[in-house]
Amino acid sequence: MKYAINSEIAFTYITSNKKLTMVAALGVVLGIAVYIFMNSMMAGFDKQINDLVFRSISHIRIFKDDEVSRPIRNADSSASLIVNPKVVPIVNTILNPKMVIKLLEAQPDVTVVSPQINVSVFYNNGKSQIGGASLGFLPEKGNQMYNIKSFMVDGNFDDLKNNQNGILIGSGISRKMNLNVGDNISLTSSKGVTKVMNIMGIFQTNNSREDKSRSYINLQAAQQLLQQGASYVTDINVNVIDYSKADQYSASFSALTGYKAEDWKTANETLVAGVRMRRIVISFVSYTILLVAGFGIYNILNMTVTSKINDIAILKAIGFKGGDVVRIFVTQALTVGFIGIVLGVFCASILIFWLQHVYIGGDIGYFPIDFSFIEFMKAIGLGFLITFLAGYIPARKAAQVDPVSIFRK
Amino acid sequence: METILHAKNINKFFHDPVDFQVLKDISFDVIKGEFLTIIGKSGCGKSTLLYILSTMDTEYSGNLTIHNELVTGYKQDKLAAIRNNKIGFVFQFHYLLSEFSCLKNVMIPALKLGKFSTEEIEAKAYEKLDILGLKDQALKPASKLSGGQQQRVAIARALINDPLIIICDEPTGNLDTKNTEIIFDIFKELTQYQGQTIIAVTHDNDFAKASDRTIEMQDGKIINWDLKETI
Ligand SMILES: Nc1ncnc2c1ncn2[C@@H]1O[C@H](COP(=O)(O)OP(=O)(O)OP(=O)(O)O)[C@@H](O)[C@H]1O
Ligand SMILES: [Mg+2]
Repeated sequence: MKYAINSEIAFTYITSNKKLTMVAALGVVLGIAVYIFMNSMMAGFDKQINDLVFRSISHIRIFKDDEVSRPIRNADSSASLIVNPKVVPIVNTILNPKMVIKLLEAQPDVTVVSPQINVSVFYNNGKSQIGGASLGFLPEKGNQMYNIKSFMVDGNFDDLKNNQNGILIGSGISRKMNLNVGDNISLTSSKGVTKVMNIMGIFQTNNSREDKSRSYINLQAAQQLLQQGASYVTDINVNVIDYSKADQYSASFSALTGYKAEDWKTANETLVAGVRMRRIVISFVSYTILLVAGFGIYNILNMTVTSKINDIAILKAIGFKGGDVVRIFVTQALTVGFIGIVLGVFCASILIFWLQHVYIGGDIGYFPIDFSFIEFMKAIGLGFLITFLAGYIPARKAAQVDPVSIFRK
Repeated sequence: METILHAKNINKFFHDPVDFQVLKDISFDVIKGEFLTIIGKSGCGKSTLLYILSTMDTEYSGNLTIHNELVTGYKQDKLAAIRNNKIGFVFQFHYLLSEFSCLKNVMIPALKLGKFSTEEIEAKAYEKLDILGLKDQALKPASKLSGGQQQRVAIARALINDPLIIICDEPTGNLDTKNTEIIFDIFKELTQYQGQTIIAVTHDNDFAKASDRTIEMQDGKIINWDLKETI
């Protein structure tokens, strides 16, 4: 094996100037730690928000869009006879739900398909009355979609399946109307139908508006409330493997079923815009910090090259090539980078581990931060890239040193 | 007799601060095993010539042939390999890598060449330092040595790869008579018995007189190709 003389020279420079090495490495430690920390925190926030969001909405909703009347024309002339665009009063229902469900379930990447009916209702208990919305679904599918079991606070979700008149109510309704599991509650729909339901369970989404108005019932009960038959369905909701790609599926689902398919991003533009804003700000700050660490290494290497200009001239005179000189200084930069990255990853890990155990309470619970493997990998990759560049630029300068001009001085 | 170095019509100009021709039509041959000295007044262009002969300076016109290979016009990397392999250089002022031990300094060109194992190189470096009377200083950092000691380490370093040609710019400038004699004897031995060639610039007339041949320069020109014969 060839003796690694270039590396030995690089390591001699590193150890003979420990203070400078440490300052440069410390910059990298901070840069890497802050980068990982901020991005892990962002990943944690995103996950938290998505968890909350997907408790009440699906990735893609398929429904019958309102139609606007088209002008009536004569077949042979382009002039319109009647122009009066208005929403056509047809029922907003999926006409062939069974077939649509089958079609969607056959699609790749689809995890759950849930037929649903949203019913506006009044909850009545004695004299008290609250307005709200009751969602009728097939309990099994509904749970797969919204993971309702995870935020049940009382009762048993599975009882809903066995009782067609069962209902799950939000904790807000339970509190306001002083209702508990086993009690009855009567629902009145916009069609004037009143149904007495038996409370099977109470849930809490931590979104207080939802908790004060939302309830879950069986699909059949919803159909009864609206005086409709067994094939009546207003929405078909779909979850896919990767929610962030929901928008890529919606167009094809729309074409497939002939109904409007709306992904959650389109339906929640404000939320998505907020998340994107936050991502931009955090990315910008974390990249800047990494870049500053890179400048630290660049500066220190530049100083080293300047102070070692005699050495470089001697090395070149005794037969070191330009590439060898580049390797010496890049090795130096990468070594400093390596030390900084290792320590930075270590610091970030400790910080994240510690924060994961800090209880915030409320909607949030524990501090929402995650060990994001991708962010760690990205930080390490970027760290090496930046230290490489920060070393390569001064190293190139060093390689171009003309030994004769140094010896003449 | 084999010609080891051949310089033909070498001209060099400096343009800064004023146009000025340092070397004027320099032509000469050096044969294998020759101990050649170059003398001349300060500023006559001796160092400039040595930088060209050592392949470090490529901004000249004319032809330079080393070991039957026309090196004029070669790329930097190729010249670096030739320097590493065939040429040892002792500088006029700048000597050693100050953060390395004397031993390491001597070893570095051989480690770069990579022809021998580290153990062999170390043994050889010790041997060279021993010849130059520096064995006890081997592990000291180079910066802790006196000027003369440093210069001797630099000579040891120039010898480590057994180069065909050893080019020295005033190798004895900082040395006392005793050490000058030691170095002279080493050079004599290298040329006579090892077949190595030495080209040394010197201000020391005794040193020049005792060498095989002396070239005299004046104002960038060679005015005498063999001083001794003329005398
Ligand atoms: N970079 C340069 N730019 C312009 N002129 C230079 C440069 N380097 C050297 N010179 C000039 O070239 C001439 C030759 O310099 P050189 O160093 O070769 O002299 P020298 O013979 O080695 O002298 P000394 O015996 O003092 O070492 C001098 O007049 C010097 O001023
Ligand atoms: Mg000189």
